[in-house]
Amino acid sequence: MQAKYDEGSIDLLASGHKACAGCGAALTIQAILRATGAKVLVANATGCMEIISSQYPQSAWKVPWIHSLFENTAAVASGIEVALKALGRSEEGKVVVIAGDGGTVDIGMQAISGMLERGHDVCYVCYDNEAYMNTGNQRSGSTPLDASTTTSPFGKRSFGNDRPKKNMPAIAAAHGIPYVATTSVGYPRDLTKKVQKGISVSGPAYLQIHAPCNIGWGFDSAKTIEIARLAVDTGLWMMYEIVNGELVNVMKVRNQQPVEEYLKLQKRFAHLFKMPGGDAQIKLIQELANDNLKGYTQKEAGDIQTS
Amino acid sequence: MEGSHAIALAVKAARPNVVAAYPITPQTHIVEDISQLIADGDLEAEYVKVESEHSAMSVCIGASATGARTYTATTSQGLALMHEVLFNAAGMRLPIAMTVANRALSAPLNIWNDHQDSIAERDSGWIQIYVEDNTEASDLTIQAYKIAEDKRIQVPIMVCMDGFTLTHTYEPVELLDQDLVDDFLPPYAPTDYLTVDDPKTFGMFADPNYYTEFRYQNHQALEAAKTVIAEVSREFGEVFGRDHGGLIEEYRCDGAECVLMAMGSVVGTLKDTVDDLRDAGIRAGAIKLRSYRPFPADDVRSALADIEAVGILDKNISLGSGGALSADVKSALYRSKSTPKVFSFIAGLGGRDIPKGMFVKMFDCIRENKKISTSEFFDLRTEILEFQEV
Repeated sequence: MQAKYDEGSIDLLASGHKACAGCGAALTIQAILRATGAKVLVANATGCMEIISSQYPQSAWKVPWIHSLFENTAAVASGIEVALKALGRSEEGKVVVIAGDGGTVDIGMQAISGMLERGHDVCYVCYDNEAYMNTGNQRSGSTPLDASTTTSPFGKRSFGNDRPKKNMPAIAAAHGIPYVATTSVGYPRDLTKKVQKGISVSGPAYLQIHAPCNIGWGFDSAKTIEIARLAVDTGLWMMYEIVNGELVNVMKVRNQQPVEEYLKLQKRFAHLFKMPGGDAQIKLIQELANDNLKGYTQKEAGDIQTS
Repeated sequence: MEGSHAIALAVKAARPNVVAAYPITPQTHIVEDISQLIADGDLEAEYVKVESEHSAMSVCIGASATGARTYTATTSQGLALMHEVLFNAAGMRLPIAMTVANRALSAPLNIWNDHQDSIAERDSGWIQIYVEDNTEASDLTIQAYKIAEDKRIQVPIMVCMDGFTLTHTYEPVELLDQDLVDDFLPPYAPTDYLTVDDPKTFGMFADPNYYTEFRYQNHQALEAAKTVIAEVSREFGEVFGRDHGGLIEEYRCDGAECVLMAMGSVVGTLKDTVDDLRDAGIRAGAIKLRSYRPFPADDVRSALADIEAVGILDKNISLGSGGALSADVKSALYRSKSTPKVFSFIAGLGGRDIPKGMFVKMFDCIRENKKISTSEFFDLRTEILEFQEV
């Protein structure tokens, strides 16, 4: 049984897919494909982007695309890459992985580690919406401190998620791969540039793209880009590159916003403004943001050893 | 030569484009020998040294979907770790071939042979063929691709060979002539594969309106494999002079009053036992079940049509139910006009040897219509159970 994509659409991810209005991840995928062009073969992990784009018999993908399972996408991509090599078709296009944060920093990490360590010529892109959104906003290893999710809810004894985000870009960089970068859907020009670098390096590249989810985070669907930019402007999401192990191009934040400006727009942090002790937690989050900005700048200047 | 080496050479002859494997006893010698063939330049293939069996099968999925012929081998815990990936490969109709060096499953940890690992994957949509000796294992490795890549089939296939008993045993094996193999098995040429020249979508999700039809087509492919397995075996026989038969092999069943059915290397011992019993005037016979999935219900029914009693050896157990092969045979016989008495024997678990004497005892049970106690466990050491209770 075969499905066909919509020939009429201009974009490589055709319109008519089933993403929610204001979906940061769908904007991210659209931007990725605009950056790569049609010469890519995509392996997609189970998750929102797979579900919204590939409901039989309709596919939104105008590039060759495969979805296998949740945690094995890096291995599937490895298989595509070696097959192209073995069949003398390596020039055909770059292999790109698209996976969410759960499929990347949690369940998919073993397969990613294998793929990076073996040096496959694959560009791995994680769209980071900071929880398991496809299944209804459960906490992942990429959920930020104090975010209330369905499995890290706030309550009498809880301020929400009790751990900060796992530093997956540092883990990827520790594999000694040529290119690691973080970017945000709020900065599409930066995103485009980094995706193009990621697909042009020879060997593995790892990109993590911050992609707000208006349903899971609880904000108005018109504010996706504003929220994404605030994450960067507060220092809670850092944008940088690690080229051959060296931290470079840390995005400067000239006018740092207080984290409250970011937190108060999102339902997942609303409890911090109402609960006793919430203000102390906001202070903690502010410290995380300050440490981010200071730490990455110092690391880039060579004052601290890069991970 | 060693069974594992014979498999490595057969894999080489099949010219896979991509091999992905993770080491696990008793599969290791196969993948070590393949590594050496590649290191020596004797096999042109990309070998991905993956970090787990889950990834081994996932690499095969990515490579096969891109149009490559792919190979992997595993056993026991490794096969169990692949579980969800196996269903995925079959559902995507990718003709991956895999050697399973059959071994018991933990706990308790046990590295020796039984069939529990592959039996536990019987519902995965893979073809499963159990071989008796290393020549059959080697020949089946070539046939596997011919069967799986057939346009009527397009499902993955496991060649199940007993761990240690075959993989680590030295037997004379007739090697395959490369030119003949190349004629018999041309390069894999799929119609649908991942390419930027003609973008296609693989691995979509199907809602209740469509899911059943995907499952139906997958099932139909396995049903069709019943014909193709026998067809390929015959064609192989014409080219190489060795036809290992169809879905089952009947051994001295003519005029038999009782027969024993089994799978795998133990069939050799069973055939010897039948010869001895025939010499002693006992009308015994044997049935070797080669294809467990698809299950050859028609062949089993017709083979047992004139038999009074049949025993079934299971080197596995569906805990809380019984031997898996036994259940399938009983189910097949339900529609039979003449139903033989059926005896279920569970034996040979975790590498426990099944010598001729044990088969003689099984035939005695069948002939004397003895009730078997201890839930069909035939080689249970009851003295150990008593010891443990102290």
